[in-house]
Amino acid sequence: MATPLTLKELSRKEELFTPGHRLCAGCGAPTVVKMVLLATDYPVIASNSTGCLEVSSCISEYTAWKIPWIHSAFENAAATISGVETMYRSLKKQGKISDEIKFVSFAGDGGTYDIGFQSLSGAMERGHDMTYICYDNGAYMNTGIQRSSATPFGADTTTCPVGSHIPGKLQQRKDMTKIIAQHGVPYVAQCSPSHWGDLMKKVRKAHEIKGPKFLNIIAPCNRGWRTQSDDAIKMAKLAVETCYWPLFEIENGVTKITQRPREKKPLIDFLKPQGRFKHMFAPENEWMLKAAQEHVDAYWERLEKEEACFAPPAPAAAEAPKVAD
Amino acid sequence: MSKKVGITGNEAIAQAMRIANPDVCGAYPITPATDIMQRFTSFVANCEVKTEMILTESEHSAMSACIGSSVAGGRVATASAAQGIALMWEMLFIASGLRLPIVMGVANRALSAPLNIHGDHSDGMGMRDCGWIHFYSENAQEGFDNMLMAFRIAEHMDIRLPVMVGLDGFITSHSIETMEYVDDETGRAFVGEFKAVNPLLDIKNPKSYGPLILTDMYMEYRKAHDNVMAKVPGVVLEVAAEFEKISGRKYGLFESYRLDDAEIALVVMSSAAGTTKDVIDTYRAKGVKVGLLKPRLYRPFPYEQMGEALKHCKAVAVLDRADCFGGSYGPLFADVSNALYHYAQRPIMINKIYGLGGRDYMPDQAEYTINELIQIAKDGKVKSIKEYIGVRE
Ligand SMILES: Cc1ncc(C[n+]2csc(CCOP(=O)(O)OP(=O)(O)O)c2C)c(N)n1
Ligand code: SF4
Ligand SMILES: [Mg+2]
Repeated sequence: MATPLTLKELSRKEELFTPGHRLCAGCGAPTVVKMVLLATDYPVIASNSTGCLEVSSCISEYTAWKIPWIHSAFENAAATISGVETMYRSLKKQGKISDEIKFVSFAGDGGTYDIGFQSLSGAMERGHDMTYICYDNGAYMNTGIQRSSATPFGADTTTCPVGSHIPGKLQQRKDMTKIIAQHGVPYVAQCSPSHWGDLMKKVRKAHEIKGPKFLNIIAPCNRGWRTQSDDAIKMAKLAVETCYWPLFEIENGVTKITQRPREKKPLIDFLKPQGRFKHMFAPENEWMLKAAQEHVDAYWERLEKEEACFAPPAPAAAEAPKVAD
Repeated sequence: MSKKVGITGNEAIAQAMRIANPDVCGAYPITPATDIMQRFTSFVANCEVKTEMILTESEHSAMSACIGSSVAGGRVATASAAQGIALMWEMLFIASGLRLPIVMGVANRALSAPLNIHGDHSDGMGMRDCGWIHFYSENAQEGFDNMLMAFRIAEHMDIRLPVMVGLDGFITSHSIETMEYVDDETGRAFVGEFKAVNPLLDIKNPKSYGPLILTDMYMEYRKAHDNVMAKVPGVVLEVAAEFEKISGRKYGLFESYRLDDAEIALVVMSSAAGTTKDVIDTYRAKGVKVGLLKPRLYRPFPYEQMGEALKHCKAVAVLDRADCFGGSYGPLFADVSNALYHYAQRPIMINKIYGLGGRDYMPDQAEYTINELIQIAKDGKVKSIKEYIGVRE
């Protein structure tokens, strides 16, 4: 029987991503990785794109990974694991291997939304039995906080810096989770480490489904977001509660919001604690706060409509009287 | 039992791959190499091989997938050319840096711009320094033989490096020639079973591949790679000797044709060597002591052996089917010159750039070059070290 997803049981499991890695104190990424690896009892093999997680977790003969792990380049975590998975299928078919193994990619938002987009799209289309996990911290953090297409509107980054003419990033984020859903893969979901039960259930579900799966997990970065170093979980929670980062899944085309905030908080609750949005609170940039809130509202509204499309039908209403003509 | 057949170079490569029976092939189409994988996928479709295909969305992903498969622990092969190799370039270094025995058939082709799909060595030269082992083949026969031997060399326990086997795009890849197969059973026994080293799929012994290596150790990794490269020529000869036993065909690091007593010589790779040999025969019949050296193992370059083979000549012309921009000489010329530089007595060297983008290499180009060598051998006068031949003025 699979380990019950309770803190008591999970705390007894071996951690497969060990302490001693060199990610910043308070970084969200290792928490995400630990949760993902704790969620399953299957053996897991992972690929990892170049980025903060990768450069900090395997240096010289020191590795934080207790699972088989491969990093090859920045833009190819999906293609790389698709190769590993294909060799697995080949050797299994030949009777040379019998273990039941799960294949996972860990990649940053840059390695997913931008440079790795093609490789990911190809792997999803080919139908490999794999789960691609994007830890989304909203910028190229490893190279010093440059904008990515996952960077939120308004953010101050080192390549869309706030200046006297340009107030940070002027574009909205790419909606990666839905883009991958549009590939027709059986399962995509958005997760947050603040809602660990929801996250782990989704990981578990992904592993039980055959074919390509995609999980987009918010992973706060205190360096890039300019927050306190112990704020990662708090920030992730605010992202969910403000509906900046809704928790939902799309399983075989059916959308379901998995955690509905009891009370939808204003977006500024998420923006205010982050230095990267500080300029948006200047009086002349009020329009930015408005635009950001509108975008979040529109997205949430649409998501609710999408979910409603698939909601179980309401009890049969009385048949409308037929109008004779 | 071997049998004589009339086939194209691409089919020869595909047949060698069929015999080697890779566990996984990752590939993406590009002229003139597309045909290799088209043929191979029909072997897969008809269950003539155990291979699982990964038909990726680009060559970058094809090589990435090959890397993933190879690390996982099995035999891996692919094929490509030109822009495809250019797009893979980043991954070529990673394949060799991770010491992965991937074998790639290449129908050598020119690089854009201007767009051109024909035979040329620019793609191979572009991957020259990627840490792979390179073979160049004169014809379909050599393509087949080199491809079979490539698996043995790549997977050799002292080597574990990727190997590229080139033949000339269209000129060889698409022309039908007679050649001789090694029969399947003998071929399979020759290539042998794949032996995995630290496979990623071994979940009981988890390994991390692709670490960050900083200033303290990076040079040592490079040195180790270079040390392995130094062992390659020995293994190439060892494998060739074994191959001779099953095929009767003899291979060295390069081919010397009427070279031992030659006063002048041409160095030329791949298909153009065949034409050149014919022209050499006519000159020999007239009493001109001319010979040819045809490189086979291009990386690692057998500098010492080649120097020894050419040092006695008075004049040597190196023919390059690629050019290095920047006012310098062709890549093969630079290598052959390096091989000869340290001799006190050495040939006078000239460089001809020929056949770019599939331009026909005709006997008159070889004659022109030989005539110039005869004159240089006589009076020592070089009109220009580098010259484009067969080019419109
Ligand atoms: C082809 C290529 N281009 C650029 C880089 C430089 N680079 C390394 S990591 C990185 C950013 C990674 O961003 P992301 O994927 O979001 O991961 P993070 O560091 O934020 O965790 C960049 C630009 C590279 N390694 N390879
Ligand atoms: S820069 Fe950000 S993402 Fe990178 S290790 Fe530090 S906190 Fe984590
Ligand atoms: Mg990032």
